[in-house]
Amino acid sequence: MTQASTLVPAAVSSEMALTVNGTERRIPAGWTLADLLASLSLDARTVVIERNGTILRDRVSFAKLELEAGDSLEIVHFVGGG
Amino acid sequence: MSHADLISSATLTDPQPFSIAGREFRSRLMVGTGKYASNSQMIEAIEASGAEVVTVAVRRVDLDRSKDEAILHHLDPEHYFLLANTAGCFNAADAIRYARLARAAGFNEWVKLEVIGDQQTLLPDTIGLLEATKTLVAEGFKVLAYTNEDLITALRLEDAGAAAVMPLASPIGSGLGMLNPYAIRTIKQRLSVPVIVDAGVGTASDACVTMEQGVDGVLMNTALAEARHPMRMARAMRLAVEAGRQAYLAGRMPKREIAVPSSPESGKLRG
Repeated sequence: MTQASTLVPAAVSSEMALTVNGTERRIPAGWTLADLLASLSLDARTVVIERNGTILRDRVSFAKLELEAGDSLEIVHFVGGG
Repeated sequence: MSHADLISSATLTDPQPFSIAGREFRSRLMVGTGKYASNSQMIEAIEASGAEVVTVAVRRVDLDRSKDEAILHHLDPEHYFLLANTAGCFNAADAIRYARLARAAGFNEWVKLEVIGDQQTLLPDTIGLLEATKTLVAEGFKVLAYTNEDLITALRLEDAGAAAVMPLASPIGSGLGMLNPYAIRTIKQRLSVPVIVDAGVGTASDACVTMEQGVDGVLMNTALAEARHPMRMARAMRLAVEAGRQAYLAGRMPKREIAVPSSPESGKLRG
């Protein structure tokens, strides 16, 4: 086993994969939803989030909501339309 | 106050304020927010239109931030009534999902419900529309249902609890104007809930003809956004909607296929 390959599993174990708006993203394990929004520079008040098909109505809970590997998130907002 | 002002403020007020589901609105003209060249152009046009109800769409946030799409950076929700649509939904389940997401934004429980049945014409899937209307009404939504000019569908939507029925003048974005005034009049005559014509208006005369059918309001987007001068067209639409409404209330003269002189036949000089 090369040195590089021994480093990879360590790095992977501290990360997890989830799907955000249809695209897979890797984020640090243990991140809350608030952490993810902050990393995306998104204000929770201006978006609506669906997690695994369920709309998250309580924005205050975002800081406590720990994301899990394999989560599927949809982050939507209002855009121009007729 | 001048004599003219007294007449316009008292005698000519609309005997029936524009209200949907018990909420009164200041303008019978509703406008969309899509397809403008810029956000500043959109705001100018909406202001000039005098509209209170403005429609918005629900879409994924562009996480790469390639463009500034968030409409609420530009539209003050205190000043406008935001009406979310379910545009782009091709079945009842998707439309219901979009409506729920829109409500979770926290502004109101109203939705302009679209269930599209065909990509090329964007004509409504009236079966999916009825299904979604029933579900959303049961969940407490105020549903404004975008439909075609079919009376029976309109009646079924009213029965299903729609707060307003929105028949099209012609297909979305076509600008073809009012293709079937007879059908629109029939719908208006038979329904108790407000009838708001949505889609197809291309220019001011279309809006005026639409309002002359006696409908409660009209919703448009492309006619403003794709005009060479959106703000000026918005002003024209505002005047046209008001003119059409007044003409409807005034009651037009009968059409005759013969001439009838306007000046007296008597008292003419004889040679």
